[in-house]
Amino acid sequence: MIRIIICLFFLFSMGCSQNQNVLIIQNKGSDTLVNLAQAWAEDYKNVNPQVALAVSGGGSGTGIAALINGTVDIANSSRAIKEEERVEARKNTGHDVKEFIVGMDALAVFVHPSNPLQGLTIEEVACIYGEGGTCTHWHDIRGVKVPGCKDNKIIRVSRQSNSGTYQYFRESILGKKRDLKLGSMDLNGSRESIDLVEKTPCAIGYSGMGYLNPRVRALCIKKDPQSNCIHPTVETAMNKSYPISRELYMYTSGYPSERVKAYLDWTQSERAQEITIKAGYVPAPKGQYGN
Amino acid sequence: MEIKLTETPPLTMEWRKKKGSKPTGERIIEALIKIAGVSSILLIGAILFFIVKESYPFLMGAFDFKEFFFSTEWYPASVVKIRYGILALLCGTVMVTVLSMLIAVPLGLACAFYISEFCGPRLREIYKILIEFLAAIPSVVWGFIAIMMINPAIIKLFNVPIGLNILNASIILALMSLPLIISVGEDALRAVPETYREAAEALGATKWEIATKVLLPAAKNGLMAASLLGVGRALGETMAVLMATGHSIQIPQSIFEPGRTLTATIAAELGESPKGGEHYQALFAIGLVLFCLSFIVNLTADLLIRGKRQ
Repeated sequence: MIRIIICLFFLFSMGCSQNQNVLIIQNKGSDTLVNLAQAWAEDYKNVNPQVALAVSGGGSGTGIAALINGTVDIANSSRAIKEEERVEARKNTGHDVKEFIVGMDALAVFVHPSNPLQGLTIEEVACIYGEGGTCTHWHDIRGVKVPGCKDNKIIRVSRQSNSGTYQYFRESILGKKRDLKLGSMDLNGSRESIDLVEKTPCAIGYSGMGYLNPRVRALCIKKDPQSNCIHPTVETAMNKSYPISRELYMYTSGYPSERVKAYLDWTQSERAQEITIKAGYVPAPKGQYGN
Repeated sequence: MEIKLTETPPLTMEWRKKKGSKPTGERIIEALIKIAGVSSILLIGAILFFIVKESYPFLMGAFDFKEFFFSTEWYPASVVKIRYGILALLCGTVMVTVLSMLIAVPLGLACAFYISEFCGPRLREIYKILIEFLAAIPSVVWGFIAIMMINPAIIKLFNVPIGLNILNASIILALMSLPLIISVGEDALRAVPETYREAAEALGATKWEIATKVLLPAAKNGLMAASLLGVGRALGETMAVLMATGHSIQIPQSIFEPGRTLTATIAAELGESPKGGEHYQALFAIGLVLFCLSFIVNLTADLLIRGKRQ
């Protein structure tokens, strides 16, 4: 019995280390970006079999922290790197961090399908989520009544406070000088947020557009009460008419090596952009990618 | 049941004293066992040292005793004013642990009694395998069960706005700590000498009487240990409670409101806080609080058991 296990173990480990001359690019960070990065990595195998990408999530902060510690080649982030992180990276690795905008993402605000609400203004979202906001029940918003929701109470689904999605949401809804209200359900992933809203009539949540599924309903967002109510789609995110859309970044420590640069350039190819759209994200606007 | 050692001194010891030496093999084994024993103490010491070291700059700097323990405002990434108050998290941990134990301890001990005393040997084996299987389910899976199944069930059953709450987490934690409580509890019951049962049966006691009047007092310490291991499991569990409690910073007013625990906070936030930063250190301070909590639980347990013995 033990012999069989040992044999299997060796076979298994052989399988793992088959292609030893393949260069592995470590790619880690944003959970928002992880689906896309994986789809890219999958396809890049066909483009350049000499390079394999090891993609993992964990959050934008995790990726940037790993870049600072020098354990990854590319850090994915759904927020721009902070100045102090740049400084720390320079101190630790001796290189300046290089930024590449690889795509865009629209932050969708969604509710349970039984919720009759169609759209919200940014101000109303702030009233629901912001500290000091008074919208605690659905009827506080134009008298909406949600069937199957006890007391009509709004259940706010949010993210843990240092995720890139959370910080971008806070900034785009409340600006730089206001916090989100405590008492929201701070889940640790976009998937979980969607799952929870799907099962909870009272809930409202937000996540990257790529995670949306038909079992929740994305709301259209009005920048102000006069403007049109815009749904999050590839077009509206790309032409920036959707008010909550953001850039997605990949960071390298210093100028990337040839192979890493080749991969990053490839992400802007037509083929890669098709994958981007298929995965539910938005290609980066032309000329913004970086160099 | 006291064995009087003085009457029959162990012969081998005497013999060894006379001979003055032990076989080398035995010496090596003894040394190894000693190292193993000491290493566990060293490890605990090292863990404590590590936690204190990482949290030390925070405790000396931004730490404010009153805010830390008596404020519910945990705002580590605030743009207005960064605040570290863990009262809500402490309340969440205590509520979830207590409620889950209220569910798991009676259920687990009853199950242990059933498996050890009331069911046949074939059924016992089947049950044991099933319970071990229950222990093998990863905690993330429990978390998904909490969100996808228990959450809608609670909403429907109790007509509340949200099903991710203290009750949900307690149910999940109870299910997770049951295997531990049952196996340890069952071992404790099995450890009661067969002669006790035989003697009780000879006196005409029913099975129920044997269980409650003979086995319960005889295996009391073991059963208590089983329950406390369950408490430890509940206190330390992370991923599943993160998902099941709703992870919401507030003091829950009832078991139907979401809350947040200390462990879940560390799990959710440590990965994304830059190493060595203030937030990172504050999370280690929470770790220190957890360390103290479990130390207190274990200490009281120990004292209780010792107190009962004397």
